[in-house]
Amino acid sequence: MTTPAGFARHPSYVKEGNSQARFELSNRSYAHLRLSAVALLFAVACAAHAAEAQKPSPLKSGLDFAGADVRALQADDFANPGMLWVARGEKLWREPAGKAAKSCAGCHGEAPAGMKGVAARYPRVDPGAARLVNLEGRINLCRERHQGAAPLQYESDELLGLTALVAHQSRGAPVAAALDPQNRASFERGRDFYHLRQGQMNLSCAHCHDRNSGGKLAAETVSQGHGNAYPIYRLEWQAAGSLHRRFRSCLFGIRAESLAPGSPEFVDLELYLAWRASGLPIETPGVRR
Amino acid sequence: MVTRPRRRFISVLAGLAAVPFLRGRDARAAADPLAPLVEKLTGGAPVREGRVSLDMPRLADNGHSVPLHLKVESPMTAADHVRSITLLSERNPRPLMATFHLGPKAGRSELITRVRLNGSQRVRAIAHLSDGSYWSGSAEVEVTESACLDAG
Amino acid sequence: MVARVQVPQEAKRGEAIEIRIAIQHPMETGFRFDLMGRAIPKNVINSLVARYNGAEVFRAELGSGVAANPSLQFYTVAEASGTIEFSWVDDAGVSGTERAAITVI
Repeated sequence: MTTPAGFARHPSYVKEGNSQARFELSNRSYAHLRLSAVALLFAVACAAHAAEAQKPSPLKSGLDFAGADVRALQADDFANPGMLWVARGEKLWREPAGKAAKSCAGCHGEAPAGMKGVAARYPRVDPGAARLVNLEGRINLCRERHQGAAPLQYESDELLGLTALVAHQSRGAPVAAALDPQNRASFERGRDFYHLRQGQMNLSCAHCHDRNSGGKLAAETVSQGHGNAYPIYRLEWQAAGSLHRRFRSCLFGIRAESLAPGSPEFVDLELYLAWRASGLPIETPGVRR
Repeated sequence: MVTRPRRRFISVLAGLAAVPFLRGRDARAAADPLAPLVEKLTGGAPVREGRVSLDMPRLADNGHSVPLHLKVESPMTAADHVRSITLLSERNPRPLMATFHLGPKAGRSELITRVRLNGSQRVRAIAHLSDGSYWSGSAEVEVTESACLDAG
Repeated sequence: MVARVQVPQEAKRGEAIEIRIAIQHPMETGFRFDLMGRAIPKNVINSLVARYNGAEVFRAELGSGVAANPSLQFYTVAEASGTIEFSWVDDAGVSGTERAAITVI
């Protein structure tokens, strides 16, 4: 039995007998078929990947999934407990700090004018640090560079206060973190983290927040998972907290290994979330249950 | 066919089934866990239901912070006003939640605050009026918690 | 302690005005444990007083049944222009004050 050249590794294509079977392919056309198959698989994989990284539609803030009391509490600028942190931020804004004994107001002026619209553009790549930074990170860079002050700890009242103050100045402005070649790698890492199955429950962010938003998780209604209201006052925390604290809660919920607040992975994820929430108005300080 | 022994068996069963209901009536009479505390508060004076409205959500988002809107019907004059209002919880580890002292200078016997509730329960408000009388109102609240327990 | 108060800037004599106060305080119940399993001691704002031109117009005795970062809304009759002063103290003895001016016409 002779086998046509090049088909030794595919005996199924070889038919006994002298004549070439109808289904035998020439060497070249098989190679073409294989190339097209690979191309097709690649295209499907790309399409699937691009299909995964989709913005929810219609975009809904976490507030839309909240009950009447939480909505009323957020809407009331006096009763909103998050405003206590904004008030703290206002005090800190005017206080001189660090070796330079400079206050934020010294350079930036009064917060409303100086910081309007700033938070909506974060996270962004800081040229000096040559990495992606979120609002907390940028505040700390300012402290180090211009005030000669030590960075503030994540979840400290001081950092929450300043972050809430700055973000509050962008309340109502649409989330608008721009994607560019500089932050593309961060964006992709954030996107991949969002779609990565993690923890004992082997769930990704997408499983709850893309595929099951609006559904129930015990007594909780699953939101779309946006960061547009942060720092928030969470009734459960009995305090204000950052988006990284919320990430950690989620990772705890799916029994996954956590990351420290301020981790670059979380900052990358923030960028993906900001892209995903593009157009949603900032609500800081939000109130959530 | 229901024989005599079977009839006896069924009537014994029925009798046993009735026991919880009979015990229930007595149990309900002694069900108010706040009775001793209220007694201490009022010095034994009777407490009448009415004039106090306690507005709380039927279903609370989170027991850590539940809104409470309290109103007492009173002209709030020097002659006729609310002296104080006490908030009591049926199920919190400390039943005495807060006491608010008003008086004629208050103008309105109305108060809004947020409370902690340790599970679904009834909250009571006892108002002490200037004429020495006590009035009470209550609200029943179901308390839920978020599904994912926060680690930190 | 960070605190915010809201008092109308101006009111008519005899009118019952709305007073609001919010204080940042954990109102620690004493029933919680830290990550090392140690009980966190109870510490709540136990007393809050409002004085209008020196005279007490409102007093609250609070306990752990009041939510963290307590906020209160109550009323008082606008009598004369002057100051409404708020003072409070917690179980640890830390006190706070805040004041607001009011013009009564």
